[in-house]
Amino acid sequence: MGPVTSYSTAAVDSVLVFIVAVSMVFLLGLTIAMVVFVVRYGRRRHPRPEEVRQSIALEVTWTLIPTVLVLAMFFYGYAGFTLIRSPPADAMVINVLGRMWDWSFEYENGKQSDLLRVPVGEPVRLALHSADVLHSFFVPSFRIKEDVVPGQENFLWFKPEGLGTADVFCAEYCGTEHAFMMSTIEVMEEAAFEEWYATLDRLEDHPAYQVMDDVGCFFCHTVDGTIEGGPTFKGLFGKARRVVRDGEEVEVMVDRDYLRRSILDPAAEVAVDWDADMPEDAAEDLTAEQLEEVLDFLEIVR
Amino acid sequence: MAIDIGAAEVSYLEHRGVHRGIASWVLSTDHKRIGILYLTSLLSFFAVGVLIGILMRLELIAPGETLVSARVYNSMFTLHGMIMIFLFIIPGIPAAFGNFFLPILIGAKDVAFPRLNLLSWWVYVAGATLAVLSLFSGGGAPDTGWTFYAPYSLRTGTNVTLAVFAAFVLGFSSILTGINFVTTIHRLRAPGMSWFRLPLFVWSLYATAWVQVLATPILALTLMLVMLERIVGLGLFDAARGGDPLLYQHLFWIYSHPAVYIMILPAMGVVSEIIPTFSRQKIFGYKAIAFSSLAIAFVGYLVWGHHMYTSGMSDTARWVFSLLTFLVAVPSGIKVFNWVATLYKGAIDLAPPLLYTLSFIFLFMIGGFTGLISGALATNLHIHDTAFVVGHFHYVMFGGTGFMLFAALLYWFPKMFGRMVPARPMWLAWLLMFIGFNALYFPMLILGWMGMPRRYYDYLPRFQPLNVVSTAGSWVLALGLAVFFVTLWRARRHGEIAPANPWGGSTLEWQIASPPPVENFERIPVIERGPYEYGEIPPVE
Repeated sequence: MGPVTSYSTAAVDSVLVFIVAVSMVFLLGLTIAMVVFVVRYGRRRHPRPEEVRQSIALEVTWTLIPTVLVLAMFFYGYAGFTLIRSPPADAMVINVLGRMWDWSFEYENGKQSDLLRVPVGEPVRLALHSADVLHSFFVPSFRIKEDVVPGQENFLWFKPEGLGTADVFCAEYCGTEHAFMMSTIEVMEEAAFEEWYATLDRLEDHPAYQVMDDVGCFFCHTVDGTIEGGPTFKGLFGKARRVVRDGEEVEVMVDRDYLRRSILDPAAEVAVDWDADMPEDAAEDLTAEQLEEVLDFLEIVR
Repeated sequence: MAIDIGAAEVSYLEHRGVHRGIASWVLSTDHKRIGILYLTSLLSFFAVGVLIGILMRLELIAPGETLVSARVYNSMFTLHGMIMIFLFIIPGIPAAFGNFFLPILIGAKDVAFPRLNLLSWWVYVAGATLAVLSLFSGGGAPDTGWTFYAPYSLRTGTNVTLAVFAAFVLGFSSILTGINFVTTIHRLRAPGMSWFRLPLFVWSLYATAWVQVLATPILALTLMLVMLERIVGLGLFDAARGGDPLLYQHLFWIYSHPAVYIMILPAMGVVSEIIPTFSRQKIFGYKAIAFSSLAIAFVGYLVWGHHMYTSGMSDTARWVFSLLTFLVAVPSGIKVFNWVATLYKGAIDLAPPLLYTLSFIFLFMIGGFTGLISGALATNLHIHDTAFVVGHFHYVMFGGTGFMLFAALLYWFPKMFGRMVPARPMWLAWLLMFIGFNALYFPMLILGWMGMPRRYYDYLPRFQPLNVVSTAGSWVLALGLAVFFVTLWRARRHGEIAPANPWGGSTLEWQIASPPPVENFERIPVIERGPYEYGEIPPVE
């Protein structure tokens, strides 16, 4: 069984068939003409060229016919495109975050996943966001693709036909591991999807959440991307950011070590554009074990 | 009717000017010597580009790491693109054959600004040197792809700044050549050489030169902005600083799409020279071909957005660019029809130059038809940024311009070096290249349709069989190239002495000695007929 298709698959394929069919007529026709002329009017067989009159009629003909044909191709392509660009209003919206070098998906109820699980036959609208550079969300078996652009929300939509999986590739070159930036769309039965969708792996259920709430982290830092007194935790982990260290601006990776340093000694490396007003004693009440749990938590908030 | 050009003088190859040895070349203002300088330099870079290409194909013979790391592979496709585009194919036919033949074809002794001409070669060398330096300095060879898309190009640690500066410098070489050619064609045509008596190669150079002059400054500006972004954090293209990544893409393609026509138009011009000569037939639809060059050059400015259908620009912009893209296909089609019609009832000699030219038409048609698939909105959303696009533009650029550059070499070699090229090895080279080329690039079209993205270091196992075919094709193609260039190299010294007009051509370069005298014409000829009147020239046996 091949990969799952979408309503758009057939629409795009029919445009291909049309263009290829017309092209083959011309490719074969002109190639055969060249071969026949070279043989028929080869210099040995046909040593004297015969004068051929220039023909306005011919010039007009082979200008007009191709023009009509390419306009037909344009309209055919446009029709398929319109379909692909018109998501139904009731489509389920899923946020897609692309970053160097993986994909993550967030559903309307806050559920997060590395796999894009969707119910069969339901229209899905993807809201595409980038955390860093250009990416492109490409589903070959659906025949759809749209760039994921930092600072801008692009969209795609699809309606899977049948159960199974479809590959997702990053199609816009995005650095060293571009070729490894893949994911999978898994099309599920409605019931199975609902069951999976309802089991919310809520951030609030994470063991570190209560600890951090008690310490007061969430006064200034949010987990949903809104900005309060300090940077949000959402999508923080794994990013590069510029910080001021010993009065000098340097770039660091937000990894466990950096986060641990920032919690234990907030003023040592302060992110550019933020004031160093996080309490020095913020982590005073945390045990070493709790600190590691907090780091685990920060790693999954995205 | 013979054209009076006076007595022959010493050939440009034997002429002893003020300088000796290598200086007699690199300081020469003779358009013919400068043409040879360009030819030598750009073929050297072509060899480097081919080598990198072969290594890339070798890496892709199997999924996973075969030869190099992902980081090195990414630099390899960047370099391959930069070298092939900026150092080989953009200067390409105009800088090598345009320099050598433009003045001769219009009955002039040199281009309008000979010193500027030499300067443009030196600027080219300077740009090329900077490009080579960028590999070994700073953070190492750039890994952005030749398109330098922001914001990745702004944040990678590799030496993008210097590489971009190299392309900036190379742009000036292109602009200078463009200005020189436009002026030459306007001012230095021999008496009687009216616009519609110009050989069609000259028309194509004219259209190309305007694109070079008008479009290249936009690339220069864009690249300068990238440098400023990297050095002082200007923030035009980086969304994190309030910039717009799409702005970069627009600016880049406003130049780089017309640049595609800088690459292909001169090749089309050479087709229009070779077909009449070898079929001894007046070109069919002279004006249609001449005006279609101008039409391509003009409409070519308006289609840059077709590189951006998936970028997130407005749907309106997408369909407008698609419509314009389909319209630009028409003049290319007109050319093909007229070329094929020229063969009709001719007296055709399928010598190597014509063989390569007819292969061009075939491969260029595939390039054009896959271009239609890329230009249609619905199909583009699928094949954009896949191996399909890589296959498509190699059919146009290599199957098109590359094969025509080879055809031009075969056609004009006797004139440039005074020696004939043996035909048999060139048939063999053709067979190897034609088979190798199609085995190399056709699988990419299928792979792309199957969904394999471009610039992929690694791929899923289901893509492997066609990748193996493609890699094997690269070896056959490389073998063909080796036969081709070894044969040329040997012919330069050991080929038969070439007569003035070995092909029975009717344009002016065939009326002077092979190789041409230093100043081309002792007396400036007076032109009394069109470029393709074969009735008066005896056929060559």
